[in-house]
Amino acid sequence: MSDSPRSGATPLLEMRGVNTHYGAVHILKDVELSIYPGELVCLLGGNASGKSTTLKTLLGMVTPTSGDVVLDGEVVNGQPTSYLVERGVTMVPENRRLFKRLSVKENLELGAYLRTDKDGIQRDLERIYGLFPRVYERLAQKSGTLSGGEQQMVAMGRALMSNPRVLLMDEPSMGLAPALVQTNFQLIQQIHEEGVAIFMVEQNANMALSIADRGWVLQTGRVVLDDTADALLANPELRASYLGEA
Amino acid sequence: MTDTTVLAPARGVLDQDWRKIVNYGLLLALAEVFIALANMPVGLDDFILIEPILSLGYVSLLWLPLLLGYSIGTEKVLEGVTSHAKGAREVVAGACVGLIGGGGVSGLVLLLDNFDLRDPLVNWSPQLLALLAFDNGVGYGVGVWLAIGGGLGLLGGSMHLIAPLARRVVSTMVLAVVGVAVLETILSDIAEDLFLEWLADWIYFIRGGVSLHGAATVAVVAGAYAVWGSKAVKGAKASYQALEGVERKQANKVSIAVVVAATILLPLVLGKITNELLANVGLFLLLALGLNIVIGLAGILDLGYVAFFAVGGYTTAILTSPNRGDSWPTWIPQVWWVVALMLVIVLAGLTGLFIGAPVIRMRGDYLAIVTLGFGEIIRLLFLSDWLGGFTGGAQGVTNVPGVQVFGLANVRGTDPRAVFYLVAFFCAIAIYVSWRLEKSRIGRAWMAVREDESVAEAMGINTVNVKLLAFVVGAVLASFSGAIFAAKVGSVFPTSFIILVSIVILIVVIVGGMGNIAGVVAGSVVLIGVLGGPKQPGLLQEFSEFKLLIYGALLVWMMLKRPEGLIPNVRRTRELHQDEFLQDAWLKGQIDEGDETGDGGEVAPA
Repeated sequence: MSDSPRSGATPLLEMRGVNTHYGAVHILKDVELSIYPGELVCLLGGNASGKSTTLKTLLGMVTPTSGDVVLDGEVVNGQPTSYLVERGVTMVPENRRLFKRLSVKENLELGAYLRTDKDGIQRDLERIYGLFPRVYERLAQKSGTLSGGEQQMVAMGRALMSNPRVLLMDEPSMGLAPALVQTNFQLIQQIHEEGVAIFMVEQNANMALSIADRGWVLQTGRVVLDDTADALLANPELRASYLGEA
Repeated sequence: MTDTTVLAPARGVLDQDWRKIVNYGLLLALAEVFIALANMPVGLDDFILIEPILSLGYVSLLWLPLLLGYSIGTEKVLEGVTSHAKGAREVVAGACVGLIGGGGVSGLVLLLDNFDLRDPLVNWSPQLLALLAFDNGVGYGVGVWLAIGGGLGLLGGSMHLIAPLARRVVSTMVLAVVGVAVLETILSDIAEDLFLEWLADWIYFIRGGVSLHGAATVAVVAGAYAVWGSKAVKGAKASYQALEGVERKQANKVSIAVVVAATILLPLVLGKITNELLANVGLFLLLALGLNIVIGLAGILDLGYVAFFAVGGYTTAILTSPNRGDSWPTWIPQVWWVVALMLVIVLAGLTGLFIGAPVIRMRGDYLAIVTLGFGEIIRLLFLSDWLGGFTGGAQGVTNVPGVQVFGLANVRGTDPRAVFYLVAFFCAIAIYVSWRLEKSRIGRAWMAVREDESVAEAMGINTVNVKLLAFVVGAVLASFSGAIFAAKVGSVFPTSFIILVSIVILIVVIVGGMGNIAGVVAGSVVLIGVLGGPKQPGLLQEFSEFKLLIYGALLVWMMLKRPEGLIPNVRRTRELHQDEFLQDAWLKGQIDEGDETGDGGEVAPA
């Protein structure tokens, strides 16, 4: 296993030897990973490799059967999702999953559900309008009527409204046209540059690694590769299995 | 979409979609035979609409050919698709549909004459045969129904040929005459109270039904309204909708004041029957408002809602009646209704928690089935021998006293006006609470849970607590209704809390428009007021036998044609008719084609 590039600092969010089960089915097997403040990292893997379960475990929606999820050095196993959201961990779900019958504004406000600082909420709303001018144009519109790209913006805006320190993104490129995937990754980078750590789960390995600092490869619930993005991109095994090169 | 669309010339008479005509015709025939065998014509024959020529029984068979004859000729006007002018083709199509439908009735006449199927079909009676044959021979009946069907279909089809204004005038006239005739009891009651007895005497025949000159009067007034009045109403509505900001708020305030004033003043001039109806509407409105929070806002399909109504009713009855079950220790006093109500709130809330806690973790269909079970369990508990000593078993609790309001009034069933005021007071509370909750943080959390529970959880919403809260708020509102019900009726029995109550409330909420307070009010008035509740007679007492049939038909029709409810939530309408919006937008070139459309596609704001 390679050394983390920031091995002096405390990781923001960690998984230490995590195992999870759905009933009798063993999903995650001794998964170790760590996300440092302000990093952009990605978790790669094919279908049914346990990517989404990793996210759910990090967010407290699935409780590990053994091992620990650690936030700021504190073990948070068994804490409700709201505990993690309050402390700056937020997810952008797969396929965006907006509250379709609610307006764009309402979607954004729901992102700030746990916050009580009205001024801060207002400030973040304005920050998001600045980031996504198109979202501002459509505030009163029902989010289900937006185009795919706009929905992605609202989904990211909604996540940012909780004022996160780390954003967990589940397959941000899924279901988007190729041209939009590009814009989408630019958006992710933009958010990253504002200092938000990003943990991205992706099938589109090439694209994800091109912007990430580090990455892991998950195979049937086990981390098989853990390296810097450049090293992963150069890794012949990975090239063979994920980047479609024989 | 627009009036400026250029129409292609009318198509030839024989250029028909014959398959569609046969489908419509068979549908009509089937519906007519069904109506006849459901006993509507015979059962409603005593209800004279227009003296001496028309009874409601015949109308139950006559309206459908007219309607289907018209609707076969209607086509959805889509932009980008050629629409043709209406002509003889539509008339012929209508007549064909009517003819096939009439043929169905004729066939029924023949069968009635030749076979006796009374055993499976209870309404297979000589009376039906006599009615369908107009007391003449069978051959006469067969011929006449073919003629009636074809004639009415033709009439319906030919409605396409006249100008839209004339069509509106005619339909308003017909509906007004039928409406005035059907609502005779209530209208003459109201007329009496408003010292307009002379008007009622002019319109109505002495033994029921509208007189011919009365019908003519009503038709003239309705026609005049269709020409001039409806335009004024529409104009007022449009100018109201154009209002914004402060002006809109002021307009809202004025309209709320008008509604409140009407609610307070109208019952004073109305008679006992009308007030009784209003009180029933209020009781069900209270229930529907509660269910609207549970289903409309939080999206929890609770089919056992009657349980909380029962808890409210029984708790009130036991606490206030001297005639409760024998097993109660004697030291438990009979308390004032308002004191009982405090306990009702607590108990209903606890019941909500108790039922909700195991149920709430389930989703969708599972949840619906389990709540259905709990609804029955509560009723069976009240009925059981085990609790019989406390709840009176099948004998129920009787002698429930009325509500003493500070010595000013004793609200009980014999004084429906007082009951109505009491119910209205609680409805006002419920409406205010619903309205505030909908706009609140918790209301938004409910909607988020309704839309997507997992994502709501990921936003940090504690979905279990939030859903439980919806359950409890709904339970408390239902228990208010139960408490008033017990005092109004003066007794509670397990049979007052059957599953049908849950279903009727659900239909009220769906038909009115889910998640919309105004819609729920409209649904209660239309369904409970006009048709009647599960055990409460409505305005149309004659229909009580067919109440469930009409509920069902209405529900199916609403789901097909107007899924957003009578008074829709703007937001929901958009979602339910999204494909239509999208097509229009696409044809107008408003959809950004370079963009990958997500699940809805992009619609430029209108």
